[in-house]
Formats: sequence, C-alpha cells, structure tokens
Amino acid sequence: MLAFTLHRAIQAIGVMIAVGIIAFSMFRFAGDPVNQIVSLDTPPAERAAVRQSLGLDDPVIVQFARYVGNAAQFKFGVSYQFRQPVTALLMERMPATLELATCATMLAMVFGILMGVYSALRRDTLLAKAFQAISLIGISLPTFLIGILLIYLFAVVLGWLPSFGRGEVVRIGWWTTGLLTVSGLKALIMPSVTLGLFQMTLIMRLVRAEMLEVLRTDYIRFARARGLTTRAIHFGHALKNTLVPVITVAGLQFGSVIAFAIITETVFQWPGMGLLFVQAVQNVDIPIMAAYLLFVSLIFVTINFVVDILYTVVDPRLRSTISGAA
Amino acid sequence: MSVRHTLVAAATLAIAASVMAPASSQTLRYANQGDLKSLDPYTLNETTTHAHLGQIFESLITRDKELKIAPGLAESWETPEPTRWRFHLRKGVKFHNGDPFTADDVVFSADRVRAKGSNLQTRIDADVKVVKVDDYTVDFILTKPNPILNSQWDTWWIMDKKWAEENNATAPTPAAATTPTYASLHENGTGPFTIESHQPGVKTVFKVNPNWWRKPEHNLKEIIFTPIASEATRVAALLSGEVDIIEPVPLQDIARVDASPNAQMLKGPEIRTIFLGMDQTRDELLFSSIKGKNPFKDVRVREAFYKAIDIESIKTRVMRGLSTPSALMIAPQLFALSKDFTRPKYDPDGAKKLLTEAGYGDGFEVTMDCPNDRYVNDAAICQAVVGMLARVGVKINLLAQPKAQYFAKVLKPGGYQTSFYMLGWTPGTLDSHNVMYDIMGCRDDPKSPRGETNLGGYCNKEFDKLTDQVLQETDTTKRNLLIKQAFEIAMKDYAYIPLHQQALAWGVSKKLKVVQRADNQVLPYWMVKQDE
Repeated sequence: MLAFTLHRAIQAIGVMIAVGIIAFSMFRFAGDPVNQIVSLDTPPAERAAVRQSLGLDDPVIVQFARYVGNAAQFKFGVSYQFRQPVTALLMERMPATLELATCATMLAMVFGILMGVYSALRRDTLLAKAFQAISLIGISLPTFLIGILLIYLFAVVLGWLPSFGRGEVVRIGWWTTGLLTVSGLKALIMPSVTLGLFQMTLIMRLVRAEMLEVLRTDYIRFARARGLTTRAIHFGHALKNTLVPVITVAGLQFGSVIAFAIITETVFQWPGMGLLFVQAVQNVDIPIMAAYLLFVSLIFVTINFVVDILYTVVDPRLRSTISGAA
Repeated sequence: MSVRHTLVAAATLAIAASVMAPASSQTLRYANQGDLKSLDPYTLNETTTHAHLGQIFESLITRDKELKIAPGLAESWETPEPTRWRFHLRKGVKFHNGDPFTADDVVFSADRVRAKGSNLQTRIDADVKVVKVDDYTVDFILTKPNPILNSQWDTWWIMDKKWAEENNATAPTPAAATTPTYASLHENGTGPFTIESHQPGVKTVFKVNPNWWRKPEHNLKEIIFTPIASEATRVAALLSGEVDIIEPVPLQDIARVDASPNAQMLKGPEIRTIFLGMDQTRDELLFSSIKGKNPFKDVRVREAFYKAIDIESIKTRVMRGLSTPSALMIAPQLFALSKDFTRPKYDPDGAKKLLTEAGYGDGFEVTMDCPNDRYVNDAAICQAVVGMLARVGVKINLLAQPKAQYFAKVLKPGGYQTSFYMLGWTPGTLDSHNVMYDIMGCRDDPKSPRGETNLGGYCNKEFDKLTDQVLQETDTTKRNLLIKQAFEIAMKDYAYIPLHQQALAWGVSKKLKVVQRADNQVLPYWMVKQDE
C-alpha cells in the first residue's frame, strides 16, 4: 500500500514537472512582455532596462532553472500588468472560482440525478423526451453562447439578474463569499448554470444509462419478486448502486469545471482565477500564466491521486491485486 | 432684532442654502475594456490608466474639453526668454492627506518623472533644469527653445514630496518592478476624487474629494469602475442599466445601443490615425516573392498601393460610417492646416499602370502584418486592403495576429520584421512634431531615437531638416507652414498610406450627461447624472 502511494506520488510530481516544462516553453511564443509593459513610444534604452530587470536577457536554461526554483517555493513573482504579487492575486481570486465551481457542480449533481432518474423510470413520457432534448443542447452548445443567451434573456430583456460581476461580497478572513448577500446569490445563478450545464447533461445521461442497466439486474428482479415497494426498489437499491460511478465521474470532473471556468468567467466578468488567466494571456503576463497553469495541474493531479487512493480503500479486490503485483 | 426676526432670518438662510446646494449627488457606474493598471502615476503611459489617474491627480496644466491647454495647478505661466519658462502655482491647494501643495512638490515630481524606472521620462527632457524661485513659483530652464515644452504635461501628475518621502516612494515604480511599492498601491493626489478601494482587474471605487479647490462640474459622490473585457457582456451591462457608461461599444452593437430605451451612443472623431507602412530600407524584402530587390523602394509602387485602396469602401463597409478618411498622418484637430491636404483619388487603373511602369505588371506577393485586437476592426480593414490590392494584381498574404505577437515582430526590439504593415498612432504631445520625429524621421542613426517607430524606415533628409526647425520655431504661423512643407514632401514621396481616424464609440445611459474628448479619455469629473 505504501509502495503504491509512493509510486503514485512520484508519478504526480512527474506530471507537475512536465506541465512546468510545457508551460515554460509555450511562454516563449506568447509575445514579448516588454511591449505590453511599456508604451509604443518608449525609447530602446528604457526597453532594454525593463527587459534586463525582468531577467529576460538571461539564457533560456537559466530562466527555466529560476522559474522551477521559484515555483517549488511557491514564489511566482509579481504580475507584469498589476504589479502585485501573483500568489496574493491568485489567493484573492480563488474563492470566487471555487464558489462558482462548487455551485455549478452541486447544481449539475442535483438536477442531473433527478432528470436522469426520471428519464430512466418514465422513459416514454413527454418530459423525459424534453430532458433528452435539453441534454443535447447542453452538450452541443458552446459555453460562451449559452452565457450570452442567458445574459440577453435574464439581464437585458427581463432585468431579473445582473449581467456581470459577483455582486456584494462578504469577507471572512482571507475568504470572500457571495453566498451571504442577495446580490451575491443573484449574481451566482447565471454563471453556475452556464458552467454546470455540460456537467449536468453528462450526469443525467450517465445516471439514465446506469439506472436502466441496474434495473435489468437479477437482484432488482428478486426484490420485485419479494414484493418490495417500487419506491424502495428504485431509490433504495437501484439508485444507490447507480451513484458509485456517478460520484467518481463528478469528482474527476470537478477539476475540469475549475479549468473550464475560464470561459464562463470571461463572459460574466466573474472575478476569479480564470478571468485573471485570460487577462494574463492577452497581456503576456507570464508570472500569472505560469502560476495558474501549475495551480490547475496541481488540482487535477491531487484529485486523481486522492481518487486512486480511495479506490483501493473502498474496493478490497483492487487492494489485493496491487499487493500481489508489488 | 427680536428673537422672532432672528428665527425668520435663520430659516430664510437655511432655505437659501438648501436651494444653492448642488443637485443630489450620485454614484457613477462605469465599465471599460481596459483597466487602471497602476496607482503610481509614472509607471505606465497609457490612455485608460491616465484617464483614471486624472480623477485623483492633477498636473500643472490641463486639457479642456476641446483639448486646448488650460491652467491646472499652475495659475499662469510665461516665457521671459525662449529658454526659460516660469510657472506661477495655485495657492491653497491641498493633497488628499491635507499636505499643502507647493513648489517643492513640482521640483520633486520633475525629478521623479525623469528618474530611472519612470515610463514618462519624455515628459521633461533630461537637460531641463527645474528651479524653485519661491514657494509658489517654479522656473524651467532649457538648453534650447522648445515651444511645446508643456504640451504633454496634462498627464504629468504632481505628487506630494512629503508623502513620498515618508512612505519611501521617492523613486518611481518601474513597469517591471519585482515588488509592489507603496506608491503603486496608494495614492495622494490633489484631484476631485480619492481612491477608496482598488482591486486590479476587478473593481475600483472612487469617492469624491470634498476639499477640492475647483468648483465641481460633476454631481457624483462615488465612482464604481469595473473593467469588463467581454464585449457582449459590456454592452449587456449598459442595456440592462447596471452601468451608466461603457467604452468602447463594438461597431456591430451600435444600432442595438441606439435602439435601447435606457442608453444611447456617443460618437465622435478620435485623434488616433490608422495607416499602412511599407519597408523602404531593406535591399530585399523579408517577406515577398520578389528577390534581389525591394519594390517599395520605387515610389511608383508606393503610389500604386496608395491609389489601389478605396478608402470610402473601407469607411462604409468595414467601419460602418464611423471613420474619417485622412490625407495626413495626423488628425485634423491637431494641425490647423490639415484642410489644405486631400487624399489622392482612388484609381485602380492608374495603380495598375504604375505597377506596369515599375516592372511589376504581373504583380507580386508580399506579406502584410496586422494586429487583430488593437484598433477598431483592425483585421477587417486589413482583409479589405488585401482584396483591393488583389484587384491590381498584388497578392497579399495577411498575417493578422494578437497585439502581443504583432508588436513583438514589427517593433524595433523585434528587428522591424515586416514588409507591409498597419499601425495606429496618437501623438503623445498632440503635436505634429511627434509624428514627424517618431514615425516619419530617418532611423539611420542608431544612437538617436529619431524614427524609432518608423517601422518601414522611410527616410528623407530634407524632411528631417524641417522636423528640426519645427521643434525650435516659436512662432505658430511660421511653425505651421514648416509642418505643411514637410507633410507635402512626405505626400510626394508616398511615404505612408494614411487611412483614417477611427471614431470614438461610447455607450451612455440616458440619465448621464458626459463630455467626450477626442483623446478618448473617459473623464467622470465632467459627468452629471440625473436623479434615479
């Protein structure tokens, strides 16, 4: 077990280093940060001074070593465009992204499961067909379009919800939350729906397929034969057994929800890390890009790592094969 | 006087006072594509940042609604001799922390703006001596006459010497600072507003400065500024009434804004000139099918390119009417004799003939560099140019890139790697000399900053001689004639192909009265908002 954990940990570190190398080599094609910092009529001497102070004069190897060395100590320098420490900027933006991602995932889980169960049990009703249609829309329409359509309908035409921002936030320690104010909650609705729609359709389809599968199994038939109520069969036995793969997928998807938040955050001017990243790309703000990419890959790697470990805890069969192999 | 009379008198006074008080004060909500990037006023020379800094800082001079120079923190000034300017400072002005404004602050700001790390060093030449005469008089002693000494001072923001010294902020925060300084996160200006909170990229809140020395022309108590980069969201925020003013409105949404019951468009000519340039220095173009020679060295080819471009179509089709075709490399508002110039007529047949005469009757291929996120419809303009040149037999390979990559390639640090390009320019001094020097001057002397943004390397010594005379000529009429003479040379040379001045496009709530200045600075200190 320990060997397995260590093995996975080493793999995780390998992934992080690979991401670091790819990210670093990409920055070389992102454009010249000096041009974004100074104005068009800045004399070359001054440009050279800026270049030197950023360390962009050094050989590539030296720059890479410095980048890795600093990243290992969680030092990401100062943002070129905001002139504030990157770590502080990311920390400030993180609550917004995490709140949005959590809400979107919860929304996706609740509605996805409800719709999935319904369309599995009442396959031929009109509503079930409507759910199928909605899930098609959710999978095929790009996020930014859904966002803009929602804004147009609910903010411009109906005037019910704010079109941008996070509303009023309450500060609790270093965490800021929009969950405690009315304007904050209202501001959360459209971005969560936009971000969660894809996950919701995914979960709904998964639940539906799994549920249909489970309903065909022997133990459900036996339960029916024993005369258990339909309710107990559907929700006590079938749904419970359906949920294991659903939770796994939803957990793994949480990482991509955070990563996909880039688009949703840009459309709704949601002050999270994704928006920060997009602004950084436009302005060749390398310190922010580097930190963000590493942070997101850290989230992915951590989730995968935890899931891997949990599997072995949950499923004894897996454990025995691992110790056998080791 | 009896008690009763006193009461009546007091009541009358109270009524009078309430009548005289300004209309109820308001909160302005404002969204822009760009952001206020640093609170240190010498870190970044950029329009949106300066417009914001102008709410909290002031300078010796200011630009009025027509962009004319007007007194600011200096009440008046004179030039007793061509090389000495004397500024008389306004008395009784206080910084936001209560410190009085004096000559020491001007001398300090002059040193700081020219110090290493400042992005605004060009505001005052390094060899200018700034001398305090008394607490409210400052002399600027020059080595040679300069009639436009103060033309860029509307964005040379005056800082408080005492505050800077107390907070260890005497050195400017370089654009590439590795640690944020006190001055980049705090402000202490003399302007109409103070900063209450500043979250870069998210939100900045301004509060009115009740002790401002000027009588306010606005009725705001608070400004909430949000940068919104996504165009559709910015427009939606205006239409739904969540913000009062946005800049810019994308061209395709102008009709929607005008049709809305809440908002309207505010359009006007901008002073930025968009133009095309051609590499005229290399013996062989970097990106072309012609080897061994450079077709752009032939004035006939440049003329043919000029005449092949149908500027009216660009205006009506690409810019939806929102551009002013230009014959000059400077906007008409900035040069009094602009009206003496007209663009050569669109003439594709003539262009073809010229190309044949020059030996390119079969046409040739050349790559065009173009930004796609910098100017209004920039990539679309370039696409139109590609089509127009195809009609005269020139095949353009269009390379339209985001500004980050585009500027890295074409500017001096990138080695001017372009053969044919599009650029936009606003002269920082709002004066022709800047264009003549930076964009049109020879760049053959590597030690001189002349011609630094002359990406095509147009060079005419006669033109440069006139540029130097323009810098020193103090008589306005003579100066304008010299500028005219120079522009005539450039036109004869077909040095550049000026296209147009793009239009300003602000979306404004119907509740808001604003002043739109041609330099595209959104200035809340001139805004009046109706009661809700």
